[in-house]
Amino acid sequence: MSYSVTEPSSRQKWVAGTLVVLYALITMVPLLWIMMTSFKTPPDSISYPPKILYQPSLEGYVNLFTTRTRVSPEKLASLPPPANFAEEIVRDRKMVIAGPSKFGGRFLNSVIIGFGSTFLSVFLGTLAAYAFSRFKIPLADDLLFFILSTRMMPPIAVAIPIFLMYRKLGLNDTHLGMILLYTAVNISLAVWLLKGFIDEIPREYEEAALIDGYTRFQAFYKVVLPQAATGIASTAIFCLIFAWNEYAFAVLLTSGTAQTAPPFIPTIIGVGGLDWPAIAAGATLFLLPVMIFTVMLRKHLLRGITFGAVRK
Amino acid sequence: MAEVILENLSKSFGHEQAVIDMNMTIDDGSFVVLLGPTGAGKTTTLRLISGLEKLDAGSISIDGRVVDNETPAQRDVAMVFQQYSLYPHLSVRNNLAFPLRSPILQTSKADIERKVSEVAEILQISDKLDNKATELSGGEMQRVSIGRALVRDPAIYLMDEPLSSLDARLRADLRIELKRIQSDLGSTLLYVTHDQIEAMTMATHIGVLQEGRLVQFGTPREIYENPNSIYVASRLGLPRINVLPADLFPGTAGLAHSIGLRPEHIAYGDGVEASVRRVEHLGDQTRLHLDLAGHVITALSPAGDPYQAGSTIKIQPINPLYFDDGGQQTVGRIS
Repeated sequence: MSYSVTEPSSRQKWVAGTLVVLYALITMVPLLWIMMTSFKTPPDSISYPPKILYQPSLEGYVNLFTTRTRVSPEKLASLPPPANFAEEIVRDRKMVIAGPSKFGGRFLNSVIIGFGSTFLSVFLGTLAAYAFSRFKIPLADDLLFFILSTRMMPPIAVAIPIFLMYRKLGLNDTHLGMILLYTAVNISLAVWLLKGFIDEIPREYEEAALIDGYTRFQAFYKVVLPQAATGIASTAIFCLIFAWNEYAFAVLLTSGTAQTAPPFIPTIIGVGGLDWPAIAAGATLFLLPVMIFTVMLRKHLLRGITFGAVRK
Repeated sequence: MAEVILENLSKSFGHEQAVIDMNMTIDDGSFVVLLGPTGAGKTTTLRLISGLEKLDAGSISIDGRVVDNETPAQRDVAMVFQQYSLYPHLSVRNNLAFPLRSPILQTSKADIERKVSEVAEILQISDKLDNKATELSGGEMQRVSIGRALVRDPAIYLMDEPLSSLDARLRADLRIELKRIQSDLGSTLLYVTHDQIEAMTMATHIGVLQEGRLVQFGTPREIYENPNSIYVASRLGLPRINVLPADLFPGTAGLAHSIGLRPEHIAYGDGVEASVRRVEHLGDQTRLHLDLAGHVITALSPAGDPYQAGSTIKIQPINPLYFDDGGQQTVGRIS
């Protein structure tokens, strides 16, 4: 390890700090805008000039999760008082809640498919990477190249064959089909990333465990895995981000039972005019899982710095 | 504790022959040191015995049982590695307890607690037990990794230069401590080093390795006093043995191709004239670098004779070692 010996001067720190804060602001403005829009009323969301200060409203979230129908003023007057805040908001627009929207189900699909394919990619990737790193595999280099070559063109280039195959296999619009597809795309990334991490773990640790009375699998599980945690965490984040955000295959292969949130959110536009707050609410909720997942694994990402009780 | 017998061990990596046809018997309770330069096959021998490497040919038996097809875990050996010794994600206590918790030993909680604190006491790391392995100094790490072997009671301890990375004082302390532990427990120990002081002070037997072959096996005294080749002779002794053409001295001319002179084989006052090139005062001893007809000789200055660079001195060999032109020891005259 090498360290810079000169402490940065206070002016250098100040300049660096300012740049970081500026960059953070620039990247955060769109996110902030989406979040702000999600708490606006539809008229506020399209007012010009845009409103920075406004009366926050949950109308966007209510509209996101419900379907509504317009009723006549006489009918509205004859109804019992609203049972909850959602109904109150909807009644103000002279409508009643007709039922739940599809958003909840689509969001759940995203969770199942995103986390399912991430788990599978990382699980298979770790085992494969360990094997490539530790054992003499015939044609190992060619196999690794082959695995990498699956990423040499954009995945969507094979959309038509996959569509036809999936139709034949009955995997169209199924959770399993989407999990398998995203796993297939992510696995090359997982194998290559994890192989790099596992290569860095000295074999002596496992050898010590083998001699200490453990089988190879136990040594892998008790010694290699904890030390590969950093690599596994960062690989998982990459895999999840891809699977979570994927749009093109999701549009092509899912329409109902297995449809994920990305192709669903834009369709909200078509329901009763341009409901920007509802769309922004959908986008905000959609951002949260990846953010939470990344923050949760942050400790492991940073742990890379203190890696290894090693005397070199 | 058990006897370990190596029969005709061979191992190569690609075209590299790491161990060639090695035979050795490590008696129950003995402390065997393997001595040799880097690449002589010392570490490979340890790895073959531990089962981390598969034999190309030959056979290993531990306690009368042929272990060639057993896994490292089944062989009941403990090993201290030269480096990368500790599990970095575990505390010192858990590092020490790791072998005891293995599915093979399955030690009870109370026994683990007792053994760990016992070993920590011996190695003076009791106050570090709850530290993470990464929070230790190099010396402490190596003591913990020795401790991880000592918590067990294996058939044989295998140690691969366990002290090489420690500072001189700690090395001296641990050397004595290791030897004491070994003789107290009556353990069998195979120890790899290239430090001749470790070899001389700890070993009951020394095996000298040269390019994968065991070239001599014997007690430290035998190896020092009766080395069978120049190679073996130059493994032990400080300053190193001086190898000179036999015909430099009238008394040895014609008896052999070359002679080996350790400092104690040089008598002063009579014989051939040599000039003093350099004088080194080491405190407890003074070394003389002599020039004898173009050959450099390192000798110990006789007590009370402060020679100076530039002066001349007469020396002659007493009971030197004789070697033939292949470097092998000959007892007396060349045939």
